[in-house]
Amino acid sequence: MSRVRVLVGTRKGAFILTSDGKRQNWEVSGPHFAGWEIYHMKGSPADPNRIYASQSSGWFGQILQRSDDAGKTWFQPGTPAGESNKTAEGFPKGESNKFVYDTSPETGKPLTTHQWYDGTPHPWEFKRVWHLEPSLDDPDNVYAGVEDAALFHSTDGGKNWHELSGLRGHGTGPAWQPGAGGMCLHTIIIDPSNPKKIYIAISAAGAFRTDDAGKTWKPINRGLHSLYIPNPTAEVGHCVHHVAMNPARPNVLFMQKHWDVMRSDDGGENWREVSGDLPTDFGFVIDVHAHEPDTIFVVPIKSDSEHFPLDGKLRVFRSKSGGNEWEPMTKGLPQRDCYVNVLRDAMSVDTLDPCGVYFGTSGGQVYGSADGGTSWTAIMRDLPAVVSVEAQAIP
Amino acid sequence: MIRVVLPAHLRKLAHVDGEVQVDVEGPVTQRSVLDALEARYPMLRGTIRDHTTHKRRAFVRFFACQQDLSHESPDAPLPEAIASGAEPFLVIGAIAGG
Repeated sequence: MSRVRVLVGTRKGAFILTSDGKRQNWEVSGPHFAGWEIYHMKGSPADPNRIYASQSSGWFGQILQRSDDAGKTWFQPGTPAGESNKTAEGFPKGESNKFVYDTSPETGKPLTTHQWYDGTPHPWEFKRVWHLEPSLDDPDNVYAGVEDAALFHSTDGGKNWHELSGLRGHGTGPAWQPGAGGMCLHTIIIDPSNPKKIYIAISAAGAFRTDDAGKTWKPINRGLHSLYIPNPTAEVGHCVHHVAMNPARPNVLFMQKHWDVMRSDDGGENWREVSGDLPTDFGFVIDVHAHEPDTIFVVPIKSDSEHFPLDGKLRVFRSKSGGNEWEPMTKGLPQRDCYVNVLRDAMSVDTLDPCGVYFGTSGGQVYGSADGGTSWTAIMRDLPAVVSVEAQAIP
Repeated sequence: MIRVVLPAHLRKLAHVDGEVQVDVEGPVTQRSVLDALEARYPMLRGTIRDHTTHKRRAFVRFFACQQDLSHESPDAPLPEAIASGAEPFLVIGAIAGG
């Protein structure tokens, strides 16, 4: 029977939860990187023992950690302790936490600016890695979505990173603006049927797609409607919170926007709202059932000014029809006096049967469902605020 | 031999306990001490100062001999007591929130 590993990133360290296929009893390891913010951890689909972690701090900046033994031990790729940071020829060795934005090849100056909160032009400044996405077939091939929004790529296991600057440089960059959490590239989805097709999402710019492995990009926001930008249907400027895909149906995407749950059936070319009968369509997370491509999950949050569940009831809403018709899943979740938030990368599904669903809260709880979202148990109750959750099925 | 005291998070990254010691050739300045520190502990690159500009990170401070040297020129000579090893060079995480 397969096992499952749940990687939990929190404001004060990382935790790894492991269980057998029943998903009733969990072993917990951690805190790893105690005291640091762990925005994201993710395992390689090609080698589940290879895990990448984004470790950051307002004081000491970005650290990139890697484990090759399922999280038992960690190291910073390219910078082994006690070794010189230069090669025998005098060149710098890999610096796994060095994320340097491309400059214009013609002028050598910064590629572009983005909008600051007040609408003035602002230079790109690296702050942290929000999301790590290992490729589907090579553990050393990994993407990083960063703040200020850009996509970086490593082909040597995280030792060196280079920007895929066609994204920032394709033309709309000067119109991007930060959301409340910063101007972050938080979602990276690789099309399993065509790894050159990659979807990303940025708060607050919108969703973008490349069909040529990151050389060129196009905004894919047609159908989005956002009242907080001057033109509600503009090409960019939308605060997309998260996007999810079922690998078996890669042209169908689901999106939790700032407000509105959206669906695209054509690889993001067009979107339509599927909020339907949700009690509120603001939220951060969205995910798709591993085996039922039309079963999707969201956690509605009251509003953009009140980041907690409606009426103090923590409810996962599940749609089995690809949106519009939703049912509240409440069994095992607090139904009174609950005022936590669930952040955008803090929900995940496993690929076991039945499908497991997991999410973490700003109150430090990690909830799991071993029956496709019907019933829930608190795997952890008292962690630091949870930023990210990723589930891995392991042999 | 220059003595350097790192904050707990950076000691853990560098896999060291207590003070670290580095050799500096030539003038003993913030820049030469940090160059030597990063050469010996490459995993600290980017955590104290920017990779490219070498500008001190905003929430990191440099203290020595009861003085705040954070805003001194990186090429200014450090006090003789640092150069002689009598006093350590302190890298401090600024007190700011939890």
